[in-house]
Amino acid sequence: MSNIKLTSNLNKEVLVKLIQAFESDNFPNSAHQIPFKMRPKHSDPQYRCCIHKERAAIRERVIAGLGFSVADDDQAKLLTEYAEEALKRTELSSEVLTAIDTACKGCVPVRIHVTDMCQGCVAQSCMISCKFGAIKIKNGRAVISADLCKNCGKCISACSYSAIARLRVPCEEVCPVQAISKNGLGVVEIDFERCISCGACVSGCPFGAIHERSQLVDILKAIKSDIPVVAMVAPALEGQFPESISKLATALIQAGFSHVIEAAEGADLTTAHEAAEYVERMGKGEPFMTTSCCAAYRELVTRLVPELEEYVSETPTPMHYTAEIAKERFPECITVFIGPCVAKRKEGLYDDYVDYVMSIEEMGSLFVARHIELSECEDYKFTVDSSSEAREFAITGGVSRAVSSAALKGTEVDSFCIDGMDKKMIALLKSFAKKGGCNQGNLIEVMACQGGCVGGSSILNPPKSATKKIKDYAAKGQTISKIPEDIHA
Amino acid sequence: MKKVDVEICFGTTCFVMGGSHLQELENRIGKDLKDIVNIIPQNCMGLCKDEKYNQAPYVRVNGQIVDAATIEKVIDKIKREIDE
Ligand code: FES
Repeated sequence: MSNIKLTSNLNKEVLVKLIQAFESDNFPNSAHQIPFKMRPKHSDPQYRCCIHKERAAIRERVIAGLGFSVADDDQAKLLTEYAEEALKRTELSSEVLTAIDTACKGCVPVRIHVTDMCQGCVAQSCMISCKFGAIKIKNGRAVISADLCKNCGKCISACSYSAIARLRVPCEEVCPVQAISKNGLGVVEIDFERCISCGACVSGCPFGAIHERSQLVDILKAIKSDIPVVAMVAPALEGQFPESISKLATALIQAGFSHVIEAAEGADLTTAHEAAEYVERMGKGEPFMTTSCCAAYRELVTRLVPELEEYVSETPTPMHYTAEIAKERFPECITVFIGPCVAKRKEGLYDDYVDYVMSIEEMGSLFVARHIELSECEDYKFTVDSSSEAREFAITGGVSRAVSSAALKGTEVDSFCIDGMDKKMIALLKSFAKKGGCNQGNLIEVMACQGGCVGGSSILNPPKSATKKIKDYAAKGQTISKIPEDIHA
Repeated sequence: MKKVDVEICFGTTCFVMGGSHLQELENRIGKDLKDIVNIIPQNCMGLCKDEKYNQAPYVRVNGQIVDAATIEKVIDKIKREIDE
């Protein structure tokens, strides 16, 4: 299954309109008009009962696109005001996701559902089993009253025909840490104390109701200013378009960025330091070490599994090293990391070298809004070429392979990959911490998204195609050198 | 029998707006269609810049434009072309 859905098209359409609004003479006014332009008077609704509902949902997507929380919206505030506030702000919110109420309401109002298999039997065991009086028999069939049903599920086991089913709420199912649930009003709530920003709900919701709180306006403002803005492109970006990453870099320059650096350049530093750290830790007799570059995994450990902390590599991530390089190479610059990952937004907030984070969808929307065609772009010359190994950081197994190649001769790296962090994998990781050992290997690579970053929530190209392209690119690179003797963890 | 030409736009706008899925078309058309369909990948066909057309991604089936193209929509169009 590919994790790019039609819902993300609607989102990209909104982002394109938002970027065009930013470029207009009057951004606040143009932003306000987006829902009306997208669903003009007398047009046909495309997903809902009427254009007014669709406009309401589009309005909320614009709010998220402007970087605000939809949960805090009182519906009276105009998009004009939101746009003005977005232009003025100098700080970013610490919450990186927001749920679109009107989109969420389309899904599962009640979880317990009587199916066509109901025989309207004489026993009426469902009605009798319900302690809340939520089931009545009408016209020879059981009917559940949404107001009274408490979702306990007693009726499901009571029915002799298995005619009552529990509907699944996709976001709740896919969240690996139970940080998201529908409340009594049928609207989803995110528990930000638990949320690890992995983006599973963003990909998993069939209504596209979970959004990233975009920093687009802040980035567009920076691009418009005189300060140089550096785009740092994640290794996953190589797999996102039919064209090469060097054409993509030129496209970014056309979109207004001053310079482009491959985050793979920073990944080479991560590899070298992580390899040295691994050798040192194993030399001290430690049972295992986990990688640290997956930001959602990092969040998981900090928030929910502190017992793993001592095993996590302390080596900074490719994003951090790349931002450090950028600030050194282009003094006073503003750094923007571009990648497929929600959790990198969180990491960016904590990292002094990273100013903004942009999703791949937002970058794609920027190309669409500015009519930039990649196949017509020249090749960009990167200051430093990344290694083969660094280019594969976005694919599960890539990070541990890089560490193995860089580790000193004579160290046998025994690696084990967590490919996709679901509830089971988290339990497995916890068991390693509890036992103080891992029988599967001593270098554990953790990737929250299945397949690696190529499976992130804002990808444009399905992971299979992206992986193939990245491998071809990696094959053209130079292999990373062994860590020099003088490098220390 | 004359082949049905299917031009898929892999230009940037189309690709971003969901055209990446159309890479799978080749694997998804059944055996019955494989030999009569001629898949031609294209760079930007210029349609995305024309206000007249509704929505990327675009595919052209025997010269006729399919907008907001999905695999299902394209296969449908191919079948209708054959029936004619
Ligand atoms: S990108 Fe497809 S028509 Fe322009």
